[in-house]
This record gives sequence, C-alpha cells and structure tokens, in this order.
Amino acid sequence: MAVKVSRLRIGAILTNALVAVLTLVVTLPLAWMVTVSFMPRGESNAFPPPFWPSRWSLENYHELLARRLIDGAWFDYRIVPAIGNSLFVAAMSTLLGLLLTVPAGYAFAKLRFRGRERLLKLLIASLVVPGQVAMLPLFLIFKQLGLINSYAGVILPSLAGIFAVLFVRQATLAIPDEMIDAARLDGASEARIFRTIVLPLLTPVTVTLALFMFLGSWNDFLWPLIVLADQHLYTLPVAVAAIAREHAADGELMMASAVVTTMPVLLLFLALQRYYIGGLLGGSIKG
Amino acid sequence: MTRQERAAWMFTAPVLAIILLVLVLPTVLALALSVTDYSLYALADWSNLGFVGFGNFTDLARTPLFWRSLGNTALFALLGVPAAIGLSLATALLLDAKTVRWKPLWRVLLFAPYVTSVVATAVVWRFLLNTRFGLVNYALGWVGIGPVDWLGDPHASIPAILIFVTWKIFGYNMIVFTAALSAVPGDLMEAARLDGAGRWARFRHVTLPAIGPTLLLAAVMSVAGFLQIFAEPYVMTLGGPAQSTTTVLYFMYQEGFTWWNLGRASAVAFVLFVLILILTFVQARIGRRYEWL
Repeated sequence: MAVKVSRLRIGAILTNALVAVLTLVVTLPLAWMVTVSFMPRGESNAFPPPFWPSRWSLENYHELLARRLIDGAWFDYRIVPAIGNSLFVAAMSTLLGLLLTVPAGYAFAKLRFRGRERLLKLLIASLVVPGQVAMLPLFLIFKQLGLINSYAGVILPSLAGIFAVLFVRQATLAIPDEMIDAARLDGASEARIFRTIVLPLLTPVTVTLALFMFLGSWNDFLWPLIVLADQHLYTLPVAVAAIAREHAADGELMMASAVVTTMPVLLLFLALQRYYIGGLLGGSIKG
Repeated sequence: MTRQERAAWMFTAPVLAIILLVLVLPTVLALALSVTDYSLYALADWSNLGFVGFGNFTDLARTPLFWRSLGNTALFALLGVPAAIGLSLATALLLDAKTVRWKPLWRVLLFAPYVTSVVATAVVWRFLLNTRFGLVNYALGWVGIGPVDWLGDPHASIPAILIFVTWKIFGYNMIVFTAALSAVPGDLMEAARLDGAGRWARFRHVTLPAIGPTLLLAAVMSVAGFLQIFAEPYVMTLGGPAQSTTTVLYFMYQEGFTWWNLGRASAVAFVLFVLILILTFVQARIGRRYEWL
C-alpha cells in the first residue's frame, strides 16, 4: 500500500512539474521582451543571449517616446499619438459596440417579432464569411463616404458584432420569462424592462463582452492598416509594424515598442481574467 | 405592430443596418468587383472600369505567385491545425488531472499570449528566432542542433512562423477544451476504469466522444484562422524568403493595396472564401459520419 501511495505522489509531482515547465516556456518570450526592452542599446546582440540587463536603462523608451530635434526638424516614432489613437478607437468601438449589440442580443432572445428566427439563421450563416472578402469593396464604399483616413472608418466595421449579438442572446436565454412578463403586467415599458431588469442581470456578460471588444479593437491590424494612410492617425499595431519593417536590427528599441503595445492589454486581461476566461468556459468550471 | 415588436426593431435595427452596410453589401459587391478590371485608373475615374467576366480568375490561374501563395497557405493549415489543436488538447488534458494544483494560475499564464497584439509579438518572435542572437537557436544549441536560419531559409520560414502562431493561439482552444472536458461524465469514466480500460482506451472511448463536437468546431475555426494568416509574414518576413511565406491574404493585400488591382484582389478574396466554405462543409460531413454533430 505504501508503495502505491508513493507512486501516486511521484506521478502528481511529475504532472505538476510538467505544467510548471510548460508555463515557463510559454511565458518566457513575454518576460524576455520586457527585460530586453530595459537593456542598454546593443546589449542583446550577443551570444549567449543575455536574459538580464547589465544595468536597467530607460534609453529605449526615451528614444521611442520622446520627440527630438534632428537637423532642425522634429522627429519621433509617433508612438505617443498612436497610444492615444489606439485608446480612443478601442474605447469608442467597445462603447458603441455594447450599445448596439447588447439590446439586440436581448431582443433576439426574449422579444417576439416577425422574422426573428429567419434573421437569426442569417446571422449565424454570415459568420462563415471571412471579413477580408468585404474589405476591398468596403474600402471603395468608405472612400465614397469620405471615411478613409478617419477614426470613424476604423471603428465602423468593428461594430458589426454578429458574434456579440449571439453571445448576449445565449446569456439572455437563461433569464426566466416570468420576470419579464411580470414587469410587463405591471405596465413597464420595454425600454424600462431592459434597463432595470435585464441589464443588471447581464452585467457579468457585458463586462466579458466589453473585454473581448476592447482587446479585439486594440489588437486589430489589417483593416486599420488599409484604412489609415495618415501616420498621425496610426493605431499602435500599425505604427509598430511600420517601425519594425524599417528598424529590424534595433532589438532593444523593438522590444520597447512591443512592451508598450502588449502591456496595457495584458494588464487589463490579468485584472479581468475572471470575466474573460469565465466567458470562454461558459460557467462550466469555477475558479 | 405590437408594442413588443416595435421595441424589438428599435433594439435590433441599428446593428442590423451596420452589418448590412459593412458586411453584407460589401460581400455582394466583392463578387461584382471580381468580374471587373478595377485598377488605379478606375480609382481615378469610374469610366475606366470594364467588365472582364472570368478574366481575373483565368488570369490568376496563370500567375505562379498566386499558386505559390495557395500552396504556402495550404502548408500553413496542414501543419498548423494539427500542431495547434494537438498542443491545446494535450495541455487541457494535462491541466485536467486531479493532482494539478493552482489550475487557475496556469490557465491564465498559458492563455496570456492569446490576448497580445499579433504585430507586437511577431516583433518579439522575429528577435527570438534571430539566427545568431536568438533564444530559440541558443536553446537548440544545448541539445546539439546547429543554428537554424529560421526567417532566412525558405525551408525553415514556414515552421518558424508556425512555432510563433502555435505559441500565440493554443491557449484559446486549451480553455475551450477545458470546458468540454469538464462535461465528460465522471461515472462513465469510473466504470471504464473498473472494467480495466487503460488510459488510451478511456481517452478513445469515453473522453473523445464527449468532446468530439467541441473538437470539430475548434478544427473548423482553426482551419479558417490558418487560411487567413497575414500579419505574421507582413511583420516577420515580408512574404519571403523567396516568397516562401506569401499567403493568399498577403498576396491579396499586395494586389489590392500595393498595386491597386482591386478587381484581381477581389477574385483572390473569393477564392479564399470558397476554400473556407468547402473545408467547413467537408469537416461538418466528417463530423456527422462520426456522429459528433
């Protein structure tokens, strides 16, 4: 018996060690990104690759973020404006996205209207269409509408939240009809029912959805790349890609730009991971 | 119209209108665009627009780079889908073991790469994969494998990008599989164990049927995702070396927004669309055969 118990123990220790090693390997690139970004210029171009800075330096961040005079002309990598642009675009598409999709998801779950089932089927079917098919004509449409090179042009396509509508609908189905019907008998208007009864119940789902939307918009690349020509409007991924294609050799500088782009969303994710992973798990697992 | 119906339309009309404007209408127009010779000249003046029928498609069929991009994309999907799904499933199974502690912590850390920007992490990985100073070659050196020119050798470039992509996305399906595994009936598993079924037999006959539908859905989504690789070659290799990482979408982007051949680019987009549709259909058929759907 004692032999069996100790064999189980060893198995448990091995499993845990395996998980820990795997996690270490997976998080190593992100950790290295951070440490290299604080190395003095050129230090990472060495073999064996250093993992820890010889001294912690902010020069890469200074070079990346500060505007300075070179030969009488102001120069910067336009990362600071890109942070502002990314924040604005992500915040707006999250806010407007929620405003548009949460009521719609509720309506598809709980309100009876003609054509509901057919519309729902169409929405699900249209999930198969890759967004890239729409991009070329959308560019021409936006050009006619004067939306090229504008925040609106970046934000508008992200508002077509089919997935979000279906996600909210799924969550709303769990709300008992009786609660809504009782309020209706009391004479509450539909808008009031949504605001005072449904919305509070949907708060966790809304937080999850907001997180999905914010991260999606912050990380979006192809469409902003197409629609934004003016460097002053670049979002972070577009700005970083532009630098990356020119400054391939500047390891430390590139790591600093990667840190600036990933850290805000990584921290946001870590702070709200319960909602994010909980949303994916669909409430099947606690903790 | 009832009061409820009026409210329903008020709630749904705005988002439906936007979906119509930015998704449905452009998709229909893409079909129309793909049979025209829309180019820089038409962009300047609509009267330069001409109808070419299937001209763009026959033209593409004679373009070697288009076939090359199709082949590269197929290779990405063929190697990438099993690698990514396999790693996701293996990790989910590993984390499912009762003896593993601090599960929420591992889950969050393993998931973290998924929420980062592709562009930023592609920049990081370009450096990790650096031939002389990268951590990957350094680690390989430990086990006696000589330096690989990951992003400069046409034979290594696709595996290099796949390592990066798998690292970035496997956490998503890991979580999805974790949810599915929690639905595997525990008493059935216990009964199989008592009947003397081994680890593999239990996985094959109890776990796999229970998570089958989830596995299928993940496969469909992954295939679609791998067919749409763009940002990785754009940042890491510019489609090279020797066009070995030019994907269909990279080819479309270049045709459309570098050379402004929007007609031809739309034809490329349609080929991609049809491919995704066919593969989704085939996978659904396979799934039905094994009664997963």
